[in-house]
Amino acid sequence: MDYFLELLIGGLTRGSIYALIALGYTMVYGIIELINFAHGEIYMLGAFTALIVASVLTLHGMTGLSVLILASVVAVLYAAAYGFTVEKIAYKPLRQAPRLSPLISAIGMSIFLQNYVLLAQTSDFLPFPNLLPALPFLDPYSRFIGPTEFVIVLTTALATVALSCFIKFTRLGRAMRATAQDRGMAMLLGVNVNAVISTTFIVGSALAAIGGILIATHVGRINFAIGFIAGIKAFTAAVLGGIGSIPGAVLGGLVLGWTESFATGYLSSDYEDVFAFCLLVLILILRPAGILGRSTVQKV
Amino acid sequence: MKALAELKKSLGIALWFMALTFPVMVIRVNTIERVVEWRWRNMAFIGIGSFLLSFAWRLLLARKERGRGKTDTGDGTIPAVRRRLLAAPGIRQPALAALALSAAAFPFLFSSYQTNIMTTALMYVMLGLGLNIVVGLAGLLDLGYVAFYAVGAYSYALLNHHFGLGFWAALPVGALLSVLFALALGFPILRLRGDYLAIVTLGFCEITRLVLENWNEFSFGPSGIANISRPGLFGLRLTLHEATIYFYFIVLGLCLATLFVVRRLQHSRVGRAWVALREDEIACEAMGIDKARAKLTAYTLGAAWAGMVGVLFAAKTTFINPASFTFLESAMILSIVVLGGMGSIMGIVVGAFLLILTPEYLRAFSSYRMLLFGTVMVLMMVFRPQGIVANVRQVYRYRKQPESEGCAGG
Repeated sequence: MDYFLELLIGGLTRGSIYALIALGYTMVYGIIELINFAHGEIYMLGAFTALIVASVLTLHGMTGLSVLILASVVAVLYAAAYGFTVEKIAYKPLRQAPRLSPLISAIGMSIFLQNYVLLAQTSDFLPFPNLLPALPFLDPYSRFIGPTEFVIVLTTALATVALSCFIKFTRLGRAMRATAQDRGMAMLLGVNVNAVISTTFIVGSALAAIGGILIATHVGRINFAIGFIAGIKAFTAAVLGGIGSIPGAVLGGLVLGWTESFATGYLSSDYEDVFAFCLLVLILILRPAGILGRSTVQKV
Repeated sequence: MKALAELKKSLGIALWFMALTFPVMVIRVNTIERVVEWRWRNMAFIGIGSFLLSFAWRLLLARKERGRGKTDTGDGTIPAVRRRLLAAPGIRQPALAALALSAAAFPFLFSSYQTNIMTTALMYVMLGLGLNIVVGLAGLLDLGYVAFYAVGAYSYALLNHHFGLGFWAALPVGALLSVLFALALGFPILRLRGDYLAIVTLGFCEITRLVLENWNEFSFGPSGIANISRPGLFGLRLTLHEATIYFYFIVLGLCLATLFVVRRLQHSRVGRAWVALREDEIACEAMGIDKARAKLTAYTLGAAWAGMVGVLFAAKTTFINPASFTFLESAMILSIVVLGGMGSIMGIVVGAFLLILTPEYLRAFSSYRMLLFGTVMVLMMVFRPQGIVANVRQVYRYRKQPESEGCAGG
């Protein structure tokens, strides 16, 4: 039973991170129907920026929570700026192009960003400092949940709620939903579609950066390639829940996290990534619309 | 006035990129010695580079916008200069002869190191042409192409290791196994839409690699398989240099065969069905093309080439391990197809030589290789989606027959 609980919490933690990244995928897909392959790289850049800023601050004598907060804020801002720039360079000129073009451009961008970090920084794994303070109220349950797990789950929950409110209640959120429904019609009604798409990328990238910082704190080390696998898995989560749907992304992330956690715990830990991919293939074959998605009929 | 505005714009972009790349490009923290290295020089490079590039970017983008209206009117009916040059028999035949002669003489004029590089380039030409069937002609974005390459390589390596099967016997077996693999995979997944297909094939590619890495009893795990035998020539004992030359000619021969077959395929009934499928699936179905079958043929034929080149790869390096079959390899083959021009045979040959030989001969570039591939993919898509050598559509004209002129529509 204890082992089960351990796996349950482990899966929840993992799943929360996938959900955070999946939100960005799902939002972008909802609006411009593009799998943003570079999204995983934005997550990696977020983690790297946080590491760099935190290291510099620590070497200049700062300690504790303030380092974490400052580094996180800078990393989130930078990731948002990267997301914005990537969209302007690689996707915006291709709005009218056939579907395959932006997809290839996205793959190119992803390879570019990976190698940019590889060449400018290092190919080694860098240790990521754990800057979270101890949370004494968790001590009785320390066998199941540590401070990082707690913070990850809490942050994901807060971010999801905040995002849902943003999309549901603000003017910009309404514009986003309108654009997702029908871009041409939204444009006719005076929605600045380019601004909406930019906002989507900025918000999605910021969420990915939060995910990146959290996972780096959890795992304790990062390198330039972490975005690739995380990106595919988050995409799996987004598809699993129904791409384009925000609660779907969270649900998909959690389902994927638990699948991985239980499969590695009870079956075999060698094939950790294989389970995720198998789940992706199965869901796409059996129910391509996802758990919460509605299947659409293509009209001519 | 306009120039000033442009200048201001570029200055803004330069500042933006300087700020954007600041943490990654300028700061490097050495966590072991606990010192921060500030590389301000990089910032200056980024600033100047992005300032100049932003001009080029806007110029090219404006040119593309202007060009869009023009090409729409006369699509493929006016042959380009290149095509006219190639079509002229006075130029075409001597050029082909010179090319054939230099290809045949190459291994005797250069060292075996050079021959090896050329062999690799030719192998990538074949891979590119194989992937071109899937991506370029049928429009199925396959990111897991390297999985079939791995199947081919491992089938030769394992058959050779366990049963001592020779190269020539393994060549068709490797291709066949890849085809079977592709059939098994393609059957369920090919009905997925373009972008989902991309991600599923990517998933399969990773699954294949992970299985090869972890299933030690079957594939010898990450340490791979060594001492794979080279192709034999009627039992003759060849020195390493001779073997390299012999191998070069095997690859050259297979490459020419591939060129021939792909060329014929492209203009065949099924080839035209692929192109139609790429352009519009629904219209295609309405015209009575069996969508599933056309997709499956493209996918399996592409896989056949990957399997064949896989066997070649195993025979060339005599050692394989799962690390050779990562996603980056798929990306490299894809960028050959994208750079050369999707659907254009000539383009893919040029693209493969460019992308494989440039990093080999310009050693300074070799660490920037993947960066280059990524950049190529983005820039080609933005500025020249048809590739460096665009595919010219075959135009079929009806010749009016004198007697049918009277009865319209008859």
